Amino acid sequence: MTVAMGTLKAGEPVFYVVDEHEHPEGSSTMLGFWIYLMSDCLIFAILFAVYGVLGAKYAAGPAPKDLFDLSLVAVNTAFLLLSSLTYGFAMLSMQQNRLKAMQAWLVVTGLFGLAFLGIELTEFAHMIHEGATPQRSAFLSSFFTLVGTHGLHVTFGLIWLVTLMVQVKRFGLIEANRRRLVCLSMFWHFLDVIWIGVFTFVYLMGMLR
Amino acid sequence: MSSDVHAHAHAHDSADAHAGTRSGQLIGFGASVVLTAIPFLLVMTGSLDKQATALIIMAFAAVQVVVHMVFFLHMNTKAEGGWTMMALIFTIIMVVIALSGSLWVMHHLTTNMMPVHEMGQTP
Repeated sequence: MTVAMGTLKAGEPVFYVVDEHEHPEGSSTMLGFWIYLMSDCLIFAILFAVYGVLGAKYAAGPAPKDLFDLSLVAVNTAFLLLSSLTYGFAMLSMQQNRLKAMQAWLVVTGLFGLAFLGIELTEFAHMIHEGATPQRSAFLSSFFTLVGTHGLHVTFGLIWLVTLMVQVKRFGLIEANRRRLVCLSMFWHFLDVIWIGVFTFVYLMGMLR
Repeated sequence: MSSDVHAHAHAHDSADAHAGTRSGQLIGFGASVVLTAIPFLLVMTGSLDKQATALIIMAFAAVQVVVHMVFFLHMNTKAEGGWTMMALIFTIIMVVIALSGSLWVMHHLTTNMMPVHEMGQTP
């Protein structure tokens, strides 16, 4: 470190550090990742706005009432909520350095995520089979964009989850892996928050229309 | 080295702060289940009129978002020197402007600029 000396008045030296002090590795990751999540939140806000504008333009095609199966959405919501809880338990196990328990909770989280994706894809396939494709109406375009983007996030979350489980298996609960696991936990809980908006505004409000 | 000790302690603190407690997780989960189940039941049974149902489920969604933020994402005003909260507040402002602005402008466009023969069909 270099310490420079300046003089304010004659005979009165002022000391200050020229270099930025050292930051521990990863100390700014949490804030950086949080800001990424906030920017992701803006993407979803815009997709919600698009759905809000176009969601009632059916082009004489199917409306939410003809397409959505609320009991299926309820099951899906339950899966995602449970996966948030199990990820929370994984984080608690990590805190207590119980590696096996943590890996087990991560597996459960991944299975819930996979079940969520499976049900969502079945729903999409069913809709497309009935002719309710994204090209059919503005409502369906915006629906598939919004819900599909969320599903894509869950998919990438799952890939990330598997990657981290391999990382932890190979290198153990080192500092870097803890940091990554915390980032994924924020990502996973954030997706759950977005899903609250999806099931409320898309599915429930759609059925009320 | 004192800076290494500091580094380890700091990283550990921030990682642990995000784990929360088991009771916190369970309280958050319980609250979410109730806040999710009631809107679904209201819509599936249709026991209330549509406008009341819509208002209730939107209010429940807002409360549930806060519950998730506090119990799962462990938001507080002190984390990262308050900067996460600042980023969140900024994002909320942006989201409110983008959402309300888009809906407001586009609603006026549909009501004022639709061809006359379609006026009756506008939602």
